[in-house]
Amino acid sequence: MRFLFKTSYAQDLTLFTDGVQRNWYLALLVALVLLPWLVPAYLVDISLVLIYGLCGLSLMALAGYTGLVSLGHAAFLGIGAYAHVYFTQDLGLPWIVSVVLAVALTSATGVLVGLPALRMTGVYLTIATLAFALIIQEVFTRWDHVTHGLKGRPVDKPVIFGLSFASDTAFYFLCLAFLIAGLWVTRNLLRSPTGRAWIAIRDSEIAAQSMGVNLAAYKTMAFSYSAALMGLAGALFAHKIGFLAPDIFSVLLSIQFLLMVVVGGLGSLHGALFGAVFVAFLPVVISQARDSVPGWVGSGTALLGHDLSSAAFRAADRFVKQPGLEPGIFGLILVLFILFEPLGIYGRWVKLKVYFSTFPLYKQATFKRQRAYMRSERLR
Amino acid sequence: MLNGLAVGCIYGLVALGFVLIYKATELVNFAQGDLMMLGAFTCYMLVVWYGIGYWVAFAGAVAVVGLFGAVLDAGVLRRVLGQPQFAVVMLTIGLAAVFRSFASIVWGTEIYTLPTPFSAHTTRIAGVSVSHEYVSIIVGTVILCAVLYAFFTYTKVGVAMQAVSQNQLAAYYMGIPVKLMCSLIWAISAGVAAIAGVLLAPVSLVDINLGFIGLKAFAAAVLGGFGSIPGALVGGLTIGLIELFSGAYLPAGFKDVAAYLVLLIVLAVRPQGIFGAVGRKKV
Repeated sequence: MRFLFKTSYAQDLTLFTDGVQRNWYLALLVALVLLPWLVPAYLVDISLVLIYGLCGLSLMALAGYTGLVSLGHAAFLGIGAYAHVYFTQDLGLPWIVSVVLAVALTSATGVLVGLPALRMTGVYLTIATLAFALIIQEVFTRWDHVTHGLKGRPVDKPVIFGLSFASDTAFYFLCLAFLIAGLWVTRNLLRSPTGRAWIAIRDSEIAAQSMGVNLAAYKTMAFSYSAALMGLAGALFAHKIGFLAPDIFSVLLSIQFLLMVVVGGLGSLHGALFGAVFVAFLPVVISQARDSVPGWVGSGTALLGHDLSSAAFRAADRFVKQPGLEPGIFGLILVLFILFEPLGIYGRWVKLKVYFSTFPLYKQATFKRQRAYMRSERLR
Repeated sequence: MLNGLAVGCIYGLVALGFVLIYKATELVNFAQGDLMMLGAFTCYMLVVWYGIGYWVAFAGAVAVVGLFGAVLDAGVLRRVLGQPQFAVVMLTIGLAAVFRSFASIVWGTEIYTLPTPFSAHTTRIAGVSVSHEYVSIIVGTVILCAVLYAFFTYTKVGVAMQAVSQNQLAAYYMGIPVKLMCSLIWAISAGVAAIAGVLLAPVSLVDINLGFIGLKAFAAAVLGGFGSIPGALVGGLTIGLIELFSGAYLPAGFKDVAAYLVLLIVLAVRPQGIFGAVGRKKV
């Protein structure tokens, strides 16, 4: 087990805890840069992971660090995407200017939603953001002039300073650059007074207020920052999917974003990225399973005789071809994670690390959840 | 007008389910609308597939879904009691997705109509023809409210439930089996949702998206103040009427979002709702 000997307070605030950690991150960066030549076939999916990573960061800043749960983040994504497409294609603005404007617009919307949210706590906020998302989706459908309504509108490939990012590799690097920038800004925010205030609000609003944290200002800030990241992700997302339609930005997408932060692990930036990988690749895995599972079931039951095995094959085939199966699997995973691993994949990773670094002395009770009793939230 | 009232009654009933659970355990059940969908489907299955009479099927569906609610509480939701509210919200959202998926696998994605004794009957009252289906919803709501009111006021179990919802720890000290009470409240709440589903089924068709009504019922619950039972019903009726009038007098598109607009305005202006109490934690 490695111990860190701190000699100054500045060490508490460094970007990386020590040189070893920094080197690991550098290695990861090198691996990510080399990735297009290692797995060219999956590059499109990996770009989606990077965009989802930005969404995860956005929701992690809001839900994981400030404790405000939003069920309306798909709406912010949609606003960013439509605004960006409108600015570049209808108004003919340069790409960078358009992205900046889209981010500013989304961020302003975030403030608008955040302002009434200041008066609510807990679940009311979740409901309010849900209502907001449903209204925005209706606006997307009706506002033909900008969104082209239900017909949808195609999106051109990004062109920045005359440079085309049409190829998969170029787009991958574009997403990677924005994700790293987003990570860097978020990490810096979180180790500044702003981030500490957010964490204080998450842990106890009353205590934070008593310590002089301006609840209204910091909550609004969290909302607008989260929305801004979502707007940026939206601009990239528009190019990624290449075709915008209102029903993409549904409540289900918002739920997927929440799934991302819960499965990844609340309250850690690693978690946001783990969650992004998970959510982006799960549909791929499910669609692969659709093709292979009936075969496995068929061969697995082959010993029981031909008739039974072919019946099992057909039953399994019919089961996995059900269209409603995918959201159900998402829901089931969500339920299982909340019941059995509330800290998500990142929590499991931390446990593994502690297990190996304290090897023969690992205590089961280290991460045992304390018995909790119901505390009333009615009086805040 | 009557349509608005009837739809409002449904919102009110679903909202009532939210409020019951919220009062007792402070969990907000995002799966309430999907429990309603399960109720409607169970009743449909009993009537059409097995040919059971409407009233028996009605009771059967309510019993099945109510039992399911109790099992859900005992098996899943009791584990997250005392965890942050975030966990609970996510859990019920996940459960809602699972229910919807389950329904689409078992019953398919087709749209069904539930035949009832009220179908296609109309009565003329004061020159206006009134469909029996809508009347059945309103009458059902009134009866249910009366029964629930009597249950919570006059029976020992009902009073114990009120005690649990007011102060869990004190209820423990008084010897009330709090866990059992919570399960019972879940059963009642799921049963109410099932009743709402079965009543709604003849008016709006039965399909797996029935659960989205739950979202509008949120507006009703919030409008009435989240912890108030009469508030839930008044809120439901108000939302139903607002929807009706916004459909008639405002441009297209407003009807669908009217409930959510009202919700946002209420939350911004008076977050405690019409009947809610304002409180602040003392440290």
